[in-house]
Amino acid sequence: MTEGRLVGSYIVPVHPHTVLVPEQNEGWQRLRDAFDDAAKRIKDADADLLVIYSTTWPSIIGHQIQADPNPEWVMVDHDFHDLGSIPYSFNIDADFAEAWNAANEKRGLKSRTINYTGFPIDVGSVVALKLLNPDNAIPAVIVSSNVYANRAETTVLAKSCLDVIKATGRKAVAVTAMSLSNRMFTAPIEPKDDKIHSLKDDEWNRKILEFLGEGRLEDVGQLSRTIHKQIRVQKVVAFKPMWWLSGMNGNRNNLTGDVLAYEAIHGAGGAVVHLDPTASGAGDKEYDEDDVEFFAGERNVLDAEDHVDSDNSAPLPDEKTSSGPALWEPTTQKGSVNSEAAPKPVGMYPHARKVGDLLYLSGVGPRQPGTNAIPGGPINDEAGNPLDYDIKAQTRAVIDNITRILEEAGGSIADVLDVTSFLVDMDRDFAGYNEVWADTLGKVGPTRTTLAIRALPTPIAVEMKVIARAPTTE
Amino acid sequence: MTQGEIVAGCLAPHPPHLVYAENPPQNEPVAEGGWEQLRWGYERLRDSLKDVEYDAIVLLSPHWQTYVGTHFLGLPNFQSLSVDPVFPNLFRYHYDLNIDVDLTKRIHDKAAEAGLAVKMMENPDFRVDYGTITTGHMFNPSWDKPLVVISSNRSRDYYSVEVMQEMMIELGKVTREAIMESGKKVVVLASNSLSHRHFTTESAIPEDMSKEHITSHAMHLWDMRMIEYFKSGQAQRILNEMPEFTEQAIAESDGGGLSWLLSTLDTPTYPATLHGYGTIIGTGNAIVEWPERQHSGAVE
Ligand SMILES: [Fe+2]
Repeated sequence: MTEGRLVGSYIVPVHPHTVLVPEQNEGWQRLRDAFDDAAKRIKDADADLLVIYSTTWPSIIGHQIQADPNPEWVMVDHDFHDLGSIPYSFNIDADFAEAWNAANEKRGLKSRTINYTGFPIDVGSVVALKLLNPDNAIPAVIVSSNVYANRAETTVLAKSCLDVIKATGRKAVAVTAMSLSNRMFTAPIEPKDDKIHSLKDDEWNRKILEFLGEGRLEDVGQLSRTIHKQIRVQKVVAFKPMWWLSGMNGNRNNLTGDVLAYEAIHGAGGAVVHLDPTASGAGDKEYDEDDVEFFAGERNVLDAEDHVDSDNSAPLPDEKTSSGPALWEPTTQKGSVNSEAAPKPVGMYPHARKVGDLLYLSGVGPRQPGTNAIPGGPINDEAGNPLDYDIKAQTRAVIDNITRILEEAGGSIADVLDVTSFLVDMDRDFAGYNEVWADTLGKVGPTRTTLAIRALPTPIAVEMKVIARAPTTE
Repeated sequence: MTQGEIVAGCLAPHPPHLVYAENPPQNEPVAEGGWEQLRWGYERLRDSLKDVEYDAIVLLSPHWQTYVGTHFLGLPNFQSLSVDPVFPNLFRYHYDLNIDVDLTKRIHDKAAEAGLAVKMMENPDFRVDYGTITTGHMFNPSWDKPLVVISSNRSRDYYSVEVMQEMMIELGKVTREAIMESGKKVVVLASNSLSHRHFTTESAIPEDMSKEHITSHAMHLWDMRMIEYFKSGQAQRILNEMPEFTEQAIAESDGGGLSWLLSTLDTPTYPATLHGYGTIIGTGNAIVEWPERQHSGAVE
């Protein structure tokens, strides 16, 4: 099975006008035409899964994922009930929903699946599925928008969804059902009089769409809080969907964007936007927020006391991966040397690679294979607060990991020729590191360079980059 | 025609957990009890009114949220299944409720005259929100009185608590006038919690009462302050402090129910009866009755 991926993303408006009465206003009709265009593009992309993140489905207990394989009911909007009813019958991928739910829990998120007859599917999801998937040919999943979720939680929600898309080989389309500016007229209006509620809202919407048209999705994500303050009424659901959608796209800024329509719906900004994963544009980012892999936020109010207890017990090292980047399977191109006995890579690379007589090792840290624990303890906790750690234990663990990789290649620690060491705190750690070195690699006699750097990808204090003599037998 | 009367006004919160814990035949999930303090509070409220005659219940629920004006259920009967989108595991209720369309129309028309944006909801497929149903059930499980159901206009979200309150005070005045002119005896219910910060996790058994407590001391202090004002007849003070309360306690009064209720009761200066207080997944809930029947005609 080939690895699954996202084949496209869409931003679509939430109100029922585009389904029920597009003909009453030219702008509504243009939005409807754009929906129809988007539906065709999704079909042409051969997508086999639609993932909807809807701002009109708020949740409180983590995120909820629709898992009724065939939800059927008649939807009537709370405000626009006079426009008519929308009967629906959808094709939901319940297996995917369950897998996503499990993936959420693995990444520290609260999450549950929903499978109840008569569950009121929200207006945003109903409109999106009715128009983007009119014949129900593509199975869908719908996720709620948690009212308390921050950027970290929402980003991780996207990553766990991607985990499942990749693992199940799907060609997925991500959809956010949302308004841009969401200020509506507070009194009824004639359809012909519809326009964006205010000039300021319109200007912000156009700015957002300029970014999206250039494929700068991550920039919009990073501006999310500002946008919310500027053009959103203070309802519970912030401008979160851009966090999720950017997460679904690997937090990239060089997508290929296409604004298919932008119009008012009862004063709110409604747009249909297509973001294709094909790289385009400069893609530089103004600034970067944390790239969060696991959610470690406050989600345990009920169990607060238990957690206090465990905090008082023995300090770390812990035995599980509760924070830090995701772990990868090592890559396997020609000449690669990988060891089950070495910790998993934190990116797409092998443990070592042989070229001619030399063996080049990827940077090796102290993390323990299997458990991912850090001997000597991590340098900070999940919130980034510094912790006391043992540099000697970390250094010894690095050298043990190097030994394992070299042994896997058929050699030994005696083959090491050149080492570049990286320390995150030269002043604090050099002496301890140097002492362990003298006891171990110092006796082997490789050349050595030691550098101070700001950070390493996991909460460790030391990493070594090694070049070794390649074993002759193979 | 005789003058209408408000026999009582009540703060009657609607967390679906209460219906869930009661195990009425209309609700699909089954519970092992829970939240007794509040359910006993509702019992005391029902007791207090069991010998009082009235014709209709007028109710404002924050879970029928409208952004385009204030809406009213406008057909004589609604029947369907209401599933709470937030707690579908607890609340899947088969309802069958009657609307007092005549009284509804009177309130609607008066509100329109006063310049409020209003709309009758006449789509038979419309599903009634779980707030209305929970309060409706807990207050009157036999459902033998017709209702007037008013949506929660989100003017607080659009503007501020102050603007919301201005509108709700106006809506309360016209509600009172319409009731008086209708000649009917009515109970008025505001369906909302007080402090409204939820836990973000749910215990494996939702009704496990060992996990239930207020989310923070600050929330508790605000709830107690409000209850003190209820008990000492200081409705005006509640209205005055509504902006701070709503913002600092993240209170569900943001939906306008409490302001509307106090205005409908003509900002009472007599003490209300506290029938119960308790928390539900951390939110503060009080069941309070203003027995206007005992004070009508009383001029300060
Ligand atoms: Fe509520």
